[in-house]
Amino acid sequence: MSPEPILEVEHLTMRFGGLVAIDDLSFTAKRGDITALIGPNGAGKTTVFNCITGFYKPSAGMMRLAHPDGRFYLLERLLDFRVAQQARVARTFQNIRLFPAMTVLENLVVAQHNVLMAASGFTFGGLFGLGRYRAAERTAVDKARYWLERTNLLGRADDSAGALAYGEQRRLEIARAMCTDPVLLCLDEPAAGLNARESGELNALLRFIRTDHATSILLIEHDMSVVMEISDHIVVLDHGFKIADGTPAAIRDDPKVIAAYLGVEDEEVIKVEAEVGL
Amino acid sequence: MNTQAATRKPLLATALKDATLAALVAFGLFGLLIGLRTGLGPNAALVLTTRFEELAIVVAVVFAGSLLRSLLFGRGPLMAGRFKPLLESRAARIIRRLAVPALFALAICWPLLTYHNRYLLDLGILVLTYVMLGWGLNIVVGLAGLLDLGYVAFYAVGAYSYALLAQNFELSFWICLPVAGILAAFWGVLLGFPVLRLRGDYLAIVTLAFGEIIRLVLTNWQSFTGGPNGIGNIPRPSFFGLPFNEEEDGFAAFFGLEFSSIHRIVFLFYVILALALITNWVTLRLRRLPVGRAWEAMREDEIACRALGINTTNTKLTAFAMGAMFAGIAGSFFATRQGFISPESFTFNESALVLAIVVLGGMGSQVGIAIAALAMLGGFELFRGLDQYRMLVFGAAMVVIMLWRPRGLVSTREPSLHLPKPEPSKGAA
Repeated sequence: MSPEPILEVEHLTMRFGGLVAIDDLSFTAKRGDITALIGPNGAGKTTVFNCITGFYKPSAGMMRLAHPDGRFYLLERLLDFRVAQQARVARTFQNIRLFPAMTVLENLVVAQHNVLMAASGFTFGGLFGLGRYRAAERTAVDKARYWLERTNLLGRADDSAGALAYGEQRRLEIARAMCTDPVLLCLDEPAAGLNARESGELNALLRFIRTDHATSILLIEHDMSVVMEISDHIVVLDHGFKIADGTPAAIRDDPKVIAAYLGVEDEEVIKVEAEVGL
Repeated sequence: MNTQAATRKPLLATALKDATLAALVAFGLFGLLIGLRTGLGPNAALVLTTRFEELAIVVAVVFAGSLLRSLLFGRGPLMAGRFKPLLESRAARIIRRLAVPALFALAICWPLLTYHNRYLLDLGILVLTYVMLGWGLNIVVGLAGLLDLGYVAFYAVGAYSYALLAQNFELSFWICLPVAGILAAFWGVLLGFPVLRLRGDYLAIVTLAFGEIIRLVLTNWQSFTGGPNGIGNIPRPSFFGLPFNEEEDGFAAFFGLEFSSIHRIVFLFYVILALALITNWVTLRLRRLPVGRAWEAMREDEIACRALGINTTNTKLTAFAMGAMFAGIAGSFFATRQGFISPESFTFNESALVLAIVVLGGMGSQVGIAIAALAMLGGFELFRGLDQYRMLVFGAAMVVIMLWRPRGLVSTREPSLHLPKPEPSKGAA
């Protein structure tokens, strides 16, 4: 395992009025790892994602993203679209957000907007058909084709995205995120609603992304078959607190995690609460 | 719904029952509206006249219409699905393929066909002006999905820009045209900033207010815009420096033609045709560029756009600016054609008409919008003979079209790019 961290979250706190959704959360995701963020419903996992990807401004804390070339980005200071554009953090959504009326291929080309925009000379060059833009568009289509092959959607390239089956839409959203060439890919429940075969394919796809594309993955997931099988590192949240942090094997046996997920018998409550420090 | 068990005879019976019911409703509705009429008698007294024949005709028409509908299409609501076989027939497909070249050829030949009919030629110019406005608004509403109810404001900005620049600085039409476009685009951005965070209904209300503000400013800023009196004597455009007049250096004399006032109208027709075609070309081109795709993506899902690193602020502002620019250019054309403009010409009705053209044509479809503009303005004129029933017939026609094609005349979306066939020489990427 590489020791170098890609994302360091320190003392992240997010308050909505009186509600503390995330309370002083610190964790580190290492480069080339699949880090999973798990916890019961309402634990604040998606809020963490929204903070990392700039959709929320955290109330306090620091999030430091390191690029392979050594540059650092402080994510809490960037606007949402700059997190994707400059810090190159891509994300998917819990409730799929595609561009349903556009074709599958268009979805993937829109994801390469910033590259194409620069190549089109901010529209003026492209308007008059400069060769540079056409070459850039060909490259973009080639990249889209590559990801369509990887996600097994090549045959559906010219269909509208809204017409795809649920599992295909999930894959397309991951392909679209990968078309932005991310350093860190944040997946919000990618296996939700998938059957056993589909989540097996998803595991293979995520492993491929990690090994072949130097993209680290941060993952929210409820499907333990996915989490335990592919994650290198797991962070467990409950009510905005981090209650555990470690390898899948360590998490599986952690009494605090079991207590948070399954509850505990009455005599055990006192014992576990003492351990947690309540 | 009726079950299959319903045989022929009950169908006729239910159809008759429905038709009678409809006729009764029509009688109740129109009984007082058409059947009775108050007027002034000889001694300025109120006299009640009856018009039972007209009432009987209207009720009979409703009865027959309802009966016909029930017998032809059954009792369910009228929907596009019922017309599917009609739409997918071979003849329909041929018509669809030929529609664009035919419309284009008609537009090119229109002045030749109507050379001696000033009324039809003027109508052609009017239709093309609205085609251009429709195509401009299509960028904002159809592509970027930003509902703009104050589009006429930019039309007004363009018209007043030309009128004021031409009168105060004696600039020519061809210099003022791009300047008016740029000024309107500037106002588009100015409107864009405060409404960046708004969407849907809220955006519509603010743009509606913006349109009214512009109109009220034009009405009340007497010293600058001439207020309600408007601006008259706006200079006419010249043909590459040749004015359309009877003088020695005029257009007719230069080409050795006999002077005719229709030359200028024909020239104006081709000017607006060229401007509309440029609008169309730019829109089609932009749709295939990243900015156009970003507009459409933003219409589909703004949050997803931001997650992909698209600057939605810039994307929105460019959409407003492009749409406004075309309205501004159309506006300055309007000013030079009319020779006189006043705030009267830029009411909410104009915005509503242009929006109706875009919605009726099918949002995002260029051909649909051209057909819708032709149908709307042609329809206005076609039904002119019906006097006070004109708007009634026109409204009914629109309801029928929207029932027939709820998503506009042309509702299919053409993808901006296709996956090319893989080249055999290339291996796996």
